[in-house]
Amino acid sequence: MSEATGAAAEVIIRTRKLTKEFARDSFRVVALKDVDLDVKRGEFIALMGPSGSGKSTLLHLAAAMDRPTGGTIEVLGQDIGAMGESAVARWRNRHIGFVFQSFNLIPVLTAFENVELPLKLTHLKKGERDQHARTALRLVGLDDRMHHYPKQLSGGQEQRVAIARAIVTDPDILLCDEPTGNLDAKSAQEVLTLLKRLNEEYGKTVLMVTHDPHAAHFARTIRYLDKGELLPEGQAPEDWRTPEPHA
Amino acid sequence: MKIPLSYNLRNLAVRRTTTIMTAFGIGLTVAVLAASMSLTAGLREAFRASGHPLQLILMREGSGAELSSQVSRESFNEVIRYRPGIAKLKSGEPAASLELVNTINLPSKESPDGMNLTNRGILPEGVAMREDFTMVRGRWFEFGKREVVVGSDVASRYPDAGLGRTIRFGRGEWLVVGVFDTPFPARKSEVIGDANQMLQDFQRGSLFSSVLVRAEDEVAMQALTNSLSAEQRLQLDVLTEREYYERQSSSGNLIQYVGTFVAIIMAVGSMFAAMNTMYAAVARRSKEIGTLRVLGFSRRSILTSFFIESMILAVLGGVAGLLLVLPLNGLTTGIGADATFAEIAFQLRVTPEVALTSMIFALIVGAAGGLLPAFGAARKQILTALRDM
Repeated sequence: MSEATGAAAEVIIRTRKLTKEFARDSFRVVALKDVDLDVKRGEFIALMGPSGSGKSTLLHLAAAMDRPTGGTIEVLGQDIGAMGESAVARWRNRHIGFVFQSFNLIPVLTAFENVELPLKLTHLKKGERDQHARTALRLVGLDDRMHHYPKQLSGGQEQRVAIARAIVTDPDILLCDEPTGNLDAKSAQEVLTLLKRLNEEYGKTVLMVTHDPHAAHFARTIRYLDKGELLPEGQAPEDWRTPEPHA
Repeated sequence: MKIPLSYNLRNLAVRRTTTIMTAFGIGLTVAVLAASMSLTAGLREAFRASGHPLQLILMREGSGAELSSQVSRESFNEVIRYRPGIAKLKSGEPAASLELVNTINLPSKESPDGMNLTNRGILPEGVAMREDFTMVRGRWFEFGKREVVVGSDVASRYPDAGLGRTIRFGRGEWLVVGVFDTPFPARKSEVIGDANQMLQDFQRGSLFSSVLVRAEDEVAMQALTNSLSAEQRLQLDVLTEREYYERQSSSGNLIQYVGTFVAIIMAVGSMFAAMNTMYAAVARRSKEIGTLRVLGFSRRSILTSFFIESMILAVLGGVAGLLLVLPLNGLTTGIGADATFAEIAFQLRVTPEVALTSMIFALIVGAAGGLLPAFGAARKQILTALRDM
């Protein structure tokens, strides 16, 4: 199942005893417990597991959208748990592309403007921003929908715009949270093929959370989480249906 | 600004009903303030522009206004009239006019029950010193007759004071024989006739109200002011004509205070409306806020963006308020001057200063209403924002 990308490859996400607890009323809920994970540059990893197993929490911590309550997480050599708010925001813009399940496009902006948005935080000039945004949209096959608003696009097209927005800054890592969860089978297939292409042709490291065994099989590696714990490579939770290999 | 302005503009357009209602609320507040300010601006302009630069008004010490002042014909002839420094008329007589001021009551278009008007009695020197007066209809009154001329504002606002009409005051009727215009707005609200005729009607003996004196030049004006003020036999207040009229512009202060007070009360309401609108915007766009943060926009960018959106609302409101009040610009109205107890007609003025102050007021309302919601938006945790729907 697992396919290493080479022993010499750089580890760009490293967690050690990563723990995240939430306080819910008087209870403490352990979302992640002592997770040790190494993600090497160029990998495409699918994170699977039952609801509440901590998949999304791990993704959020990797994107510095949340802070761990224990352990460490280093992304691209940076201890992101120790970074300040502004530094984290800049870092995220530069190094992380995030793809949401429900696309999260800004409804009042066109596809082009949505894709251009993260570039507003860079030092690129208007002409350069335009060029980058067009390139990203062309890459996802939507250069003919640039001036459409999200509501004028299908779900699959919206997700492709969201992927274009995620890659427009040329980030090192793509973090995808159930990217096909709101899509029909055909659109899901297109989106997964696109992610696979971004990984294989453009060398993007992809960490994808999914419930869908079919989707998971587009990844090179599948890792399982169960009750907040990361299972050893190749091991799935009991009663878990192992996905069929992708043809 | 990192988050594009189009994001805010389009969001305002999407919520157009809320945007219009909120902007209109701010606009009404701004309109109340701007209307009261345009009233005082017009009043100030009317009084400020009235008065010859070399003329002095002499009144009894402490009287404050011509109406309550007394100057006798004897004092005028013996102590004032032939003072050095007083300019000469074409006739060779000194440019010093003994004047009688009363109020008369006439029904106006706005007040059918009657409004007080300034009734001024003058002598031939008084007519000669009013060379800026233009008879737009009719002619000057004749001395010795019960005739009057009226200012153009009186003729237009008081139906009974039109040319050829007779008006009743004193002991009988007076024929309106002329309508005059003058560049001095405050003087357009006067009814002028023969002072000697009026003295008899009002049983004033030889007691006039004030003296209008024209100095030869500025140096002479200062010397006259000093010498007349120090004159123990007279005990007069000596004011430049402009100073005198400017003091009367305080009549509009109460209106401005009340207008400002009402506007402030309304502003509190508008501020809460703006706050409510912005809180609703923040709540509705919680997921967008979370997304923007994930894309790398800082808390400060979020705060700035929502604050600017609130300020755009305020600008829209300010513009709406000014548009509401703009038709009032140039509208002639009257106010009872507290010094003369008579109505002064003047035009409301939506001056650049009024517009600027109103816009600043609108921005303050927008800022006060938008700041807390903007802080709320910026303070949201990313994951909380993404989950809020």
